[in-house]
Amino acid sequence: MTPSCPPSTAEAGWLRRRGGEIALWLAVPLAVALFLPEYYLLATHVAALGLFALSLDLLVGYAGLLSLGHAMFFGIGAYTAGLLAVHGWGEPISGLLIAALVAGLVGFITSFAVVRVQHLAQLMVTLGFGLLVFEAANRARWLTGGDDGLQGMVVSPVLGLFEFDLFGQTAFFYTFVVLALCFIVATRVIDSPFGLTLEGLRENPKRMAAIGTPTAARLRQAYVFAAVFAGIAGALMAQTSQFVALETLSFGLSAEVLIMLLLGGAGHRYGGLVGAAVFVIARDLLSDLNPQYWQFGVGGVMVLVVLFAPGGVLGILRSLRQRLLPVARTSTAKAAPATPATKGGAA
Amino acid sequence: MLAILLTVLFDGLAYGMLLFLISIGLSVTMGMMGFVNLAHGAFAMFGGYVATTLMQRAGVPFLVTLPVAFALVALASIVVERLLYQRLYRRGPLDQVLFTVGLTFMSVAGITWFYGPSQQPVVLPAFLQGQVSLFGLEVGIFRLFLVAVGLLVAAAVVLGVERTRFGAKIRAAVDNPVMATGLGINVGGVFALTFAIGSGLAGLGGALGIQILGLTPAFPLKYLVLFLIVVSVGGLGSVGGALLAACVVGVIDMMTKYFLPEIGSFIIYAVMVALLMWRPHGLLGKKS
Amino acid sequence: MMKKAGLLAALALAGASLANVAVAADDPLRIGVIATFSGPYADYGRQFDAGIQLYLKEHDGKIAGKKVEVVKKDTAGPGPDAAKRFAQELIVRDKVNFITGLDFSPNAYAIAPIVTQAKIPTVVMNASSSAITTSSPYIARVSFTVQQDSAPMAQWMLKNGIKETYVVVADYASGTDAHNAFEKAFAAGGGKVVGSVRTPMNNPDFSAYVQRIKDEKPQSVFFFFPSGVMPPAFLKAWKERGLDEAGIKLFATGEATDDSYLQATGDVALGLITSHHYSYAHPSELNKKFVKNFYAAFGKEMRPSYFAVSAYDGMAAIAGALEKTKGDVSGDKVMEALKGLKLESPRGPIEIDAATRDIVQTVYIRKVEKVDGELVNVEFDKFERVKDPAKEAQ
Repeated sequence: MTPSCPPSTAEAGWLRRRGGEIALWLAVPLAVALFLPEYYLLATHVAALGLFALSLDLLVGYAGLLSLGHAMFFGIGAYTAGLLAVHGWGEPISGLLIAALVAGLVGFITSFAVVRVQHLAQLMVTLGFGLLVFEAANRARWLTGGDDGLQGMVVSPVLGLFEFDLFGQTAFFYTFVVLALCFIVATRVIDSPFGLTLEGLRENPKRMAAIGTPTAARLRQAYVFAAVFAGIAGALMAQTSQFVALETLSFGLSAEVLIMLLLGGAGHRYGGLVGAAVFVIARDLLSDLNPQYWQFGVGGVMVLVVLFAPGGVLGILRSLRQRLLPVARTSTAKAAPATPATKGGAA
Repeated sequence: MLAILLTVLFDGLAYGMLLFLISIGLSVTMGMMGFVNLAHGAFAMFGGYVATTLMQRAGVPFLVTLPVAFALVALASIVVERLLYQRLYRRGPLDQVLFTVGLTFMSVAGITWFYGPSQQPVVLPAFLQGQVSLFGLEVGIFRLFLVAVGLLVAAAVVLGVERTRFGAKIRAAVDNPVMATGLGINVGGVFALTFAIGSGLAGLGGALGIQILGLTPAFPLKYLVLFLIVVSVGGLGSVGGALLAACVVGVIDMMTKYFLPEIGSFIIYAVMVALLMWRPHGLLGKKS
Repeated sequence: MMKKAGLLAALALAGASLANVAVAADDPLRIGVIATFSGPYADYGRQFDAGIQLYLKEHDGKIAGKKVEVVKKDTAGPGPDAAKRFAQELIVRDKVNFITGLDFSPNAYAIAPIVTQAKIPTVVMNASSSAITTSSPYIARVSFTVQQDSAPMAQWMLKNGIKETYVVVADYASGTDAHNAFEKAFAAGGGKVVGSVRTPMNNPDFSAYVQRIKDEKPQSVFFFFPSGVMPPAFLKAWKERGLDEAGIKLFATGEATDDSYLQATGDVALGLITSHHYSYAHPSELNKKFVKNFYAAFGKEMRPSYFAVSAYDGMAAIAGALEKTKGDVSGDKVMEALKGLKLESPRGPIEIDAATRDIVQTVYIRKVEKVDGELVNVEFDKFERVKDPAKEAQ
């Protein structure tokens, strides 16, 4: 897994290379609308969590930063959008942007501490921040409603045209469009020199520092970036469900989003989306099948993926493709990051 | 006032000893073997269920259930290690996280299937209940027992690693597995046994902890954060560090509850973050 | 460029499909149950399910002549966002006529706007935060409110010469409600709360809190914790530190001696005086029959708790309302029929208040005793026709 730079691509080739992807992005909402309108809510849930997992991928999959407290940004985004809507600012798009800003700001402040440490300490520091914010929100009942959740959100129609309906149609298309926009931005960032720097940092921080990369600054930027996206995801969740639960800040959600990402495959642009879909749909199907013991099935899926599909669902797809099409692909951004970071300890 | 302070301090130490017993195995597997075993809490839970099952269904005395819990969990963990974990030693930590959390979910659902979701009862033998007067302090007998067991285990582990032939093999296998293999040490076997002892201690802690931590199928997820705090603050793979961190966590926890109950769980998390900023490798951890 | 295309496609599609929710007259009666079936609080859902199944078993699986279909959704604990999505899915996808279950208050609050919008009658089987029934005109409650069970304890304590107490509650919304309701009732009768503490929800060990109480030596302690792992842990610490010997009296609400957990809690609960609306040892003929049938259906491993009885009564309330509407399941008619509905429950007479859609019931004062080798809550005093004090005050 040598860090190497891909040949820079001309802008003109971009659309051609992405043609298949664009078709896919148009086909998915169309398919949901035509064949599964009863699953708008589930699809919205998948899309919002997919964006959340994508934001974590920027950290874990690309920059090699570890986080067990990523729900902090999701929750901050959700509460920001929620509080705005409770206090009369129901316009959703500006709500998203403000939520992104607030999450990014908190990300900026905490980033200094987070990039100072590595490995287990980094996991625990992010976890600690997440728990502290959770406790604060739990205590600030006058502001957040505590564990009863934030009630009374009034969200205006999107663009003044599309009201949020009981069937979740508006919610779905709104979430999906925002997800698509964020995905485009994320793709551009990943393919940019900045994105390659991050991968370099993941693979070999010492060498990157030696060639003059301001490593801490780059990692901090990645962290803020991920915080912004997580905040948007949280705000989407809040606006579409018109409710904010304390659980949006919880350690459980931080762990869940990491599981989603790993299930899909970290370090792929689509890892978070696929993982969110697999996890949410598996949980939904299994818990409808058996409300008591569905956890066994979800755990089983996770175990089987690790044993038989290393690198997640996308990892196994990729290795299948490599086996079927032995011609090496040029895009090195796809080299499977089997070890984005290694533990400290005696090694 | 001094008596109050000492009582709270003692309670904190007893709680810390329990955390130490359960966490030490996690510290060893993560630190020495580089394996992130987030299913560690499931081994502790398993120990707890072994103990309650023996007591309730077979009338086995509490003290006898403790070594049985240790042995059964250690045995079970060898099976898990040989069948599953050793395939993942060469994988990245993230794969290990996904795998072991998946195992935890399965064990939670599995235990619920057999025992139901409710709390398991445990009745301590009469001689471990109540309080005794020790140097003018009222201390719980069971907590005294916890402190004794904790110190005993800590001493045994330290001496075992430092002074025995097996300990030397562990150190060799960790420092340089290739060289150790060349010297004829069965590195896989050494790791398996180390892992088993760590898991067995978790099982012992789980059995001892029912009285204080309770026992439900949610155990492994509920306390995972606490165990990780102990391991990270103590320093990966450091026995002394884990002991120190567990005591710090236990004492801070008790002190806050007694003197500043309105602050709740803020302090422990804030202290953890501060300690890790100060010493990212833990209090007694080695720099890698 | 792609941004624009994607947006246009989305906008075009937004108008394209509309689901329909027509319900044929001969359809079965579909009831959605949103509750906790997995995780630490899975017992709640298990008890609900047992109560519902028992009612259906006793009535050939039918309500108002229609076959009943139950759709269960697991929130795995307090999960208001999940509950909200489940409510929407139950209405849109499963086309349920009723929503019920609802163990945690946040979950009930979260679905209130949904059931209001869809006009789906909702029967709360546990969630006990007072304002839930005010949050939607389509919600009625057959369980209790925290205030309803807490305030009578204060009155009983005053009546029995306790003038001074220390309050311990779990640090969450219901804990705060219990604290306030208790303190208000206690102060109104001339009592004094000399100290209080709110303990974190994930706290396993109460010894430090109990030690503090021991050092402060109040005349008595009143505590409120949710059913499950906290009360036994608190009682254990209480006995271990010898607070009984120190002469401090202990009182609680019935969550502390929930029949589901009482046997596992063990002898540390002996003698504890609690206020609550249901004990499985309630000495009425109806309750004896209920318990007997319950054991016959599910075995003696599980005692019917207040969750099971509320679920059983919830089904009875739905049946009672549909009897009045002659099978009409439209939201407004059902809610009208639920108002003022009176039922003879295994716990005693209950009534859904016509003004507030909240429950009116007897609150019993009980003491934990050993009867035939089993720990049970023996009722020895009662307050009749207790309404939710929080609503009465307004």
